[in-house]
Amino acid sequence: MEKPFAITLDPGSSLSNRTGSWRTFRPVYVDRLPPCNATCPAGENIQHWLYHAEEGDYRGAWDEIMRNNPMPAIMGRACYHTCENACNRNNLDATVGIHAVERFLGDLAIEKGWFVKVDAPPTGKNVMVIGSGPGGLSAAYHLTLLGHKAAIFEAMPHAGGMMRYGIPRYRLPIKVLDAEISRIEAMGVPIYLNTRVSDLKATMKERGFHAAFVSVGAWAPKRQDVTNDGSVKVAYAIDILRSIEEGGMPAEIGKRVVIVGGGNVAIDAARTAVRLGAEEVIIAYRRTRERMPAHQFEIHEALEEGVKLHTLRRVNECKEGYIILDKMVLDDTGWPVPTGQLEYLEADTIVMALGQDVDAPFLDHVSGVEKKEGNLLINDHMMTGADGIFAGGDMVPSDRTMTTAVGHGKKAARNIDAWLRGETYQPPKKHPVATFESLNTWYYEDAPPTVQPQLDIIRRQSGFAEVLGNLDEANALFEARRCLSCGNCFECDNCYSICPDNAITKLGPGRRFSFKYDYCKGCSLCVKECPCGAILTITEST
Amino acid sequence: MTDLNPQQKVKFYQKGTYTTSNRLVDARARLVQASMDRNNSLTCGHRACQGCGEALGARYAIDAAMRASHNQTIAVNATGCLEVFTTPYPETSWQIPWVHSLFGNAPAVATGVAAALKVRKNKQVRVVAQGGDGGTTDIGFGCLSGMFERNDDVLYICYDNQGYMNTGVQRSSATPPAARTATTQAVGDAPGNVFGTGKNVPLIAMAHNIPYVATASIANLKDLEAKVTKAMHIHGARYIHVNVPCPLGWGSAPHDTVRVARLMVECGLFPLFEAEFGEVTNVIKIRKRVPVEEYLKIQKRFAHLFRKDKPDIERIRAIQAMADANIKRYKLLGEGA
Ligand SMILES: Cc1ncc(C[n+]2csc(CCOP(=O)(O)OP(=O)(O)O)c2C)c(N)n1
Ligand code: SF4
Ligand SMILES: [Mg+2]
Repeated sequence: MEKPFAITLDPGSSLSNRTGSWRTFRPVYVDRLPPCNATCPAGENIQHWLYHAEEGDYRGAWDEIMRNNPMPAIMGRACYHTCENACNRNNLDATVGIHAVERFLGDLAIEKGWFVKVDAPPTGKNVMVIGSGPGGLSAAYHLTLLGHKAAIFEAMPHAGGMMRYGIPRYRLPIKVLDAEISRIEAMGVPIYLNTRVSDLKATMKERGFHAAFVSVGAWAPKRQDVTNDGSVKVAYAIDILRSIEEGGMPAEIGKRVVIVGGGNVAIDAARTAVRLGAEEVIIAYRRTRERMPAHQFEIHEALEEGVKLHTLRRVNECKEGYIILDKMVLDDTGWPVPTGQLEYLEADTIVMALGQDVDAPFLDHVSGVEKKEGNLLINDHMMTGADGIFAGGDMVPSDRTMTTAVGHGKKAARNIDAWLRGETYQPPKKHPVATFESLNTWYYEDAPPTVQPQLDIIRRQSGFAEVLGNLDEANALFEARRCLSCGNCFECDNCYSICPDNAITKLGPGRRFSFKYDYCKGCSLCVKECPCGAILTITEST
Repeated sequence: MTDLNPQQKVKFYQKGTYTTSNRLVDARARLVQASMDRNNSLTCGHRACQGCGEALGARYAIDAAMRASHNQTIAVNATGCLEVFTTPYPETSWQIPWVHSLFGNAPAVATGVAAALKVRKNKQVRVVAQGGDGGTTDIGFGCLSGMFERNDDVLYICYDNQGYMNTGVQRSSATPPAARTATTQAVGDAPGNVFGTGKNVPLIAMAHNIPYVATASIANLKDLEAKVTKAMHIHGARYIHVNVPCPLGWGSAPHDTVRVARLMVECGLFPLFEAEFGEVTNVIKIRKRVPVEEYLKIQKRFAHLFRKDKPDIERIRAIQAMADANIKRYKLLGEGA
C-alpha cells in the first residue's frame, strides 16, 4: 500500500496491546451469602425473594419463599426474624422489614389462592409424620414436594401445634393459620386429628410407613414448687394460652396477675392476661431486662399494653393473698443472688412461665431412641438412634422457635428422602457471609423503614384482634427495595461502566458480566465501587 | 434544579439509586455507559496507568457525545496523557475520527475543523476538543479564550488531573495549594504548591458569556454523562471541566480513583455546577459532607500535611476554608438534590 510521507506502518488498534499482562491482582466475581439468609432457621433465600418482590413480581417472590418455607403468612407474623437482627442495613438506618414483606406476600397468596405444584414423580414411599406443628407440617410439605406420600398424625382436635395452642390470636389470626395448613392438606397430605400415637413401630408397620418424622413439641410446663397457703391461685402460662384456644376458663385468672419468667411465653401470657381483663399484670424475672430471653420488641409491646416488669425478683412464697419475692442482684458472673430484701405483691393468680419439657411417652419403648436432659437426641442427619425414625422441632436440642422447627422439617425431609434411597443427604456448600464492610454503601439511597399499622391501644387491651396490620402494596414494594443485595450482583452496571480499561463485558439481563482478562490491568476500581461486594481481588497467579 | 440523577426520574430505587443503572429503570432512560452497544470510543489496550481517572472520564464523555450526535463526532486532542497513552504509533485506542496537532492549539484546531464543516454545509458532524489541565489552563489558554470569544461551535472538555502528568507530574495553574509535584517539592517554609493563586477556568469561561459551562467529576458519572449529552444539544462554544484523579501524580491507590474524586466533591473542594450565559443555573448538592482531611489523607502529594511529629494544621485549615468558601458560594449544602 502506498503510504503518506514519513509513514511506514499501517494504522493499528490498541486491541493488539494486551495490557492484562500488567496485572498483579485479579478481580473475580463472587457470590456471598447474605447475612439474612445465613441466619434464617428455615433456610429461606430472603434476598432472592426480595429481589422478585422489588420488581413487583410477587408471585415469583412467593414461589421462592415456598421453596423453603410453606407458611409465609404465618412466619411473616410469628417468626422472631433473626434475619432482621443480622441485616446489614442496620448499619445504615434500620433493618429491611423482611417479616412485613413476607407477610404481605403470604397474605396475597391466600387472597389469590396461589398453590404449589408438585413436579416430582411419585416415589411410592410413605412417611409417617407425628405432630402437626410447624415441624411436622414442614416435613410433610417437603416430603410431598420430593414425591413421597406423607401423612400427619395429630393428638389434638385441630392442626397447628403450638402455632394454634401456644401463639395468641392477636399475633396470629386463626384464619391465616387455617389457610396455610389447608394449602398443605390440599397437596395431598392427610392430617388425622384426635389421633394419639401409642405404639410408633406397630403403627408404621401396620399402615406401611417406610420412615417416620416425629415432631410433637414440648408441651409439659416446667414446674417449680412454691410454698403457698392456697391464697394465690397457681397457673401455667402454656395452659392458659392453650385453654383460650380450646374455649375454656378465661375469667378465672382474676384481677391481679403475676407472671414468673422472662421468655416469650411469659410475655404472651402477660398480654393475654391483659386481654382477659386483669387490671394489674406484672412479670417477675430473676435477672435484668436485657437478659430476658423474650424478644425486646415483644417486651416493648407488652409494656405498651400496661404490663409491668419487675426484674431481679425471685418467688419466695405465696401467703395471705400476697406473692413474696426476693429482691436480687447480679453477682460478678451475672448470676442473680438474693439481697435479703423482700417485695410483697398482692395477687389473685401466679402464672408460671418457666419453659416446657418434652412429653412423648410413645417413644419410651422404641429401641434406639435416646434422650438427654429431656430432649430427643438426633444425629447430623436428623435421625434418632432408631433407624428410619427422624425427629425435629422443640423436641430436639435447639433454640425452640417455630422457624427452627420449619427448618428441621425441611432438613429432615431431605435426609429422609436420601435415606429412603439408601443414600446420605449432602447439604450444598455455603458461600462466605457478605459483611457490611464488603459493601460500598455510597450507592444506596437513604430509605427509612416503612411501618406496619398498629391496632389502637384500647382495642389491644380489650380483645384478641391482630395487633399488627399489613403493609399496603406501595409500602411492601418500597420495603423490598430497601434490600442492599448484600454479596450478590444485582446488575447495577457499576463495574461495567467504571472500568477505565473497558475490560468488562456486559452479558445481558440476568447474565451478569465477565472480565476481559486480556486487558484488565487489575486496578480493582470495580471491586471498590461494587455496591454489594460481589467482586473480590485475588493475587494473580503467574 | 435538576435531579441529582438526571437520568432517573423516579426516586424509588433505594438500591441502585446512585449506581450506573438499575434493572428497574426504564431501558430508554439508562446511561449510555450501561448499554451493551455503547461505542467504547476509547477502547481496551491503551497504556494509561492502572485506575486512570482520565481514561475513565474520556470514555464516558466521548461515548456520550457519540450517542448524542448519532455517532457523528470528530475529536481534537491536545498533547498530554490522553493523547500519548491512546496513540503510540501506529496504534490507536480511538474508535472515532480523532485529530492531534500540538500541546497548545487544540481549541484552535477544533475551531478550524468546525469552520471546515461549516464551509461544507455539514450540519450533522459535531466537534469536541479535549485536553489536560496543562493544555487547557496554561499553554492552550489563549486559543481557548479565542474559541469562546468567537462562540465557535465546539465543545471543549478539559480533563483536570491538576498537573502536567504526562511529563512527570509538574505543577500547572490547576495544581491545588500545598500539593507536592516535581516542581513544587514538599520542602522549606511553604512546602508544596503556593496558596492564594490558581486559575479557575470554568469561571473564566463563564466570563465569556458562552451558552454552556459545567464542571463534572468521575465521582458522579451519571452527571458527567448528562452534562456532555446536554452540551451536545447546544450550539456555540461550550466548556466542561472534568475532575479526573491521577493515581500516579496524586499518590493515591489505583482502586481509590473514584473514591478520591468523590471525597473531593463531598468535602466541597470541587463544586459541581452548570452555568448558562454566565449564570450558574444548577449545582449538585453535597450528599455526605466530609472534612477535607478525609480527601487529603489518602494522597501522598499531601502527606507532608500529616507528618506524625507535626501535622500542618494551619494549611489544612486553609484548605478547609477553600472548601467552605465553595460550599457558601455555590450553596452546596441542603435539600434540593
Ligand atoms: C509546546 C510543548 N511544550 C511541552 C510539551 C511536553 N508536554 C507534553 S504533555 C505535557 C503535559 C501535559 O499536561 P496536561 O495537559 O495537564 O495533560 P496530562 O498529561 O496531565 O493529562 C507536556 C508538558 C509539548 N508536547 N509541547
Ligand atoms: S439488606 Fe437485604 S440482603 Fe442484606 S441482610 Fe438485609 S435483607 Fe438481607
Ligand atoms: Mg494534567
